[in-house]
Amino acid sequence: MLTFTIRRLLVAIPTLLFISLIIFLLLDLAPGDPLANMPLTIPPDVRENMRAALGLDQPVWIRYALWLKQFFWVEPLNILDSILGTSLAGDGQRVLSWQTRSPVADIIAQRMPQTLWVVGLAYVVGVLIAIPIGIISAYKQYSVFDQAGTFVSMIGYSVPPFFTGVLVIIIFSVNLGWFPSIYDTTLQVNSWATFKQQLIQMVMPVMVLALQTTAQISRFMRASMLDNLRQDYVRTARAKGLRERTVLMAHVARNSMIPVVTVIALGVPSIFGGAIITEQVFKVNGIGQLMITSIQSNDIPMVQTLTFIFAVLIVLANLIADILYGLLDPRIRYD
Amino acid sequence: MTDATASAPPRHRSQRQEVWRQFRSHKGAMAGLVIFVVILLGVTIGPWLWGLDATLVDIRSRNLGPSLAHPFGTDQLGRDLLARILSGGRVSLAVGLTAMLLSLALGTFVGVVAGFFERLDGALMRLTDLFLALPLLPLLLVMVMLFREPLSRSFGPENGIFLLMVTAIGLTSWMNTARIVRGDVLAIKNREFIMAAKSIGTEPSAMIRRHILPNVLSPILVSATLGIATAIITESSLSFLGLGFPPDFPTWGRLLYDAVDQIQLFPIRVILPGVAIALTVLSVNYIGDGLRDAMDLRARKR
Repeated sequence: MLTFTIRRLLVAIPTLLFISLIIFLLLDLAPGDPLANMPLTIPPDVRENMRAALGLDQPVWIRYALWLKQFFWVEPLNILDSILGTSLAGDGQRVLSWQTRSPVADIIAQRMPQTLWVVGLAYVVGVLIAIPIGIISAYKQYSVFDQAGTFVSMIGYSVPPFFTGVLVIIIFSVNLGWFPSIYDTTLQVNSWATFKQQLIQMVMPVMVLALQTTAQISRFMRASMLDNLRQDYVRTARAKGLRERTVLMAHVARNSMIPVVTVIALGVPSIFGGAIITEQVFKVNGIGQLMITSIQSNDIPMVQTLTFIFAVLIVLANLIADILYGLLDPRIRYD
Repeated sequence: MTDATASAPPRHRSQRQEVWRQFRSHKGAMAGLVIFVVILLGVTIGPWLWGLDATLVDIRSRNLGPSLAHPFGTDQLGRDLLARILSGGRVSLAVGLTAMLLSLALGTFVGVVAGFFERLDGALMRLTDLFLALPLLPLLLVMVMLFREPLSRSFGPENGIFLLMVTAIGLTSWMNTARIVRGDVLAIKNREFIMAAKSIGTEPSAMIRRHILPNVLSPILVSATLGIATAIITESSLSFLGLGFPPDFPTWGRLLYDAVDQIQLFPIRVILPGVAIALTVLSVNYIGDGLRDAMDLRARKR
């Protein structure tokens, strides 16, 4: 298992480097200029010196290497410093946002909790709903429940989150007035009342995101259950007189979870991508919204960092899915 | 299988009829097909039949409710909503279909080459994996941000954005087709008829054209339907984020985005384009479902 994990890790590194190169080169073509906000009265030779001081006159590959150093060495050290209160980082040049002139990592750290709360909770809720639906749909194949489940997940696949989001706003917020349509991120949870308020405002974004998750995971769970229900070991378990409940839950469901767990792991980054839209609908100021605002204001370093964080999440999720698969199903390991 | 083909005289036609018969027995797929054809006809000949211009500003008749002159009402600039939905659908569907064709062509090319030429298999599949590891929505947003200005300058605002959307969506959605096609090509490559064709000296290009491609047509068709669905959703997501087509050039996503601000007063303006997107994608997905069932030989035998 250890060699398998190490080999997977080694494969992940060139993948990440390649993706970072694509992101860097793509944004290197961007029309934005970090000196665009400087006064026009600066003489051309001073301007040249400033460009040189920022390293903008270097060839592309040197700038790429420096960016990598910033991203993989300086920023992690700074994050460590802010957690532990040390000063390991020294005064290495940090990745600065062109928009706010503050380090990109600090802004992302401020935005991250909102995204994690909403997106993370939605994912957990979605998975918790999806797995029982998948189990029942497969056990009662072609029943009314199964047909309804198929239809609902088809809707979950087909109706984009920006429409389901707007639809639940119309129904629950405009007509019924149950939930606020805008997520209030300034809310401090310090009492029972504010906690309740927080829960109420999270209901709609979580509902929208969870529908997407449920649609996908419940289909996978159903297919995986159907595969397992036809296996010989199920007949054996029934033949030796186990209760139907034990057969279903302890044997079939457990074995069917193996591929589903990897699908769950693989789905984590895509839900972050989907959160870009959901955050926009409900005005949650998480990292998805940060991405949109920095794109609109041409804030290249911020866009670069965020895109790369999404990429790291995807590679990490692939890695975790592979390792989990190897752990859960010893037949899969290649060592 | 052999009995069936032996008893039906023209084999080629009977196979196609068989798929059609299977497809027709799938209720959801037939409903999807009917709805999709209606939508397609609506957006192609609808604007011509309805006659009102989608961009005609008539400020005196703004914010009207449904009436005979304007069945869906008018928006805040007095533009007829029905005309806007129809012409918006034309753009949305055009983007969806063209992007699907591009991604299908790319995916089929990569899949066939990777499956047929063993030497290129490793490299091409690594490339596919790399593309699958890219954060697609953020990258699409970045691509739109970077290339919107230069492209609309050189091709005009409408064609430029159309070109950008189609290329961006096509370039980021070919990977699944490539994987499925490669798998099928690998399975077909070892069958007897390919060996027979090879033994009489068929060139690789002729082999691919005459023997491989016709046999991987069914997975390509299925992923075509899924491709339309994802392309339409992606385009409207980008438009919804304000990074799609310009405001005076309506698409369904853009109409939804423009209407969200007045959601409290005029919810109908949000619901109409949203329902249009959802119906189109739902019908296309059901068609794909039915096609998969109809063309799956193993499922048919059962």
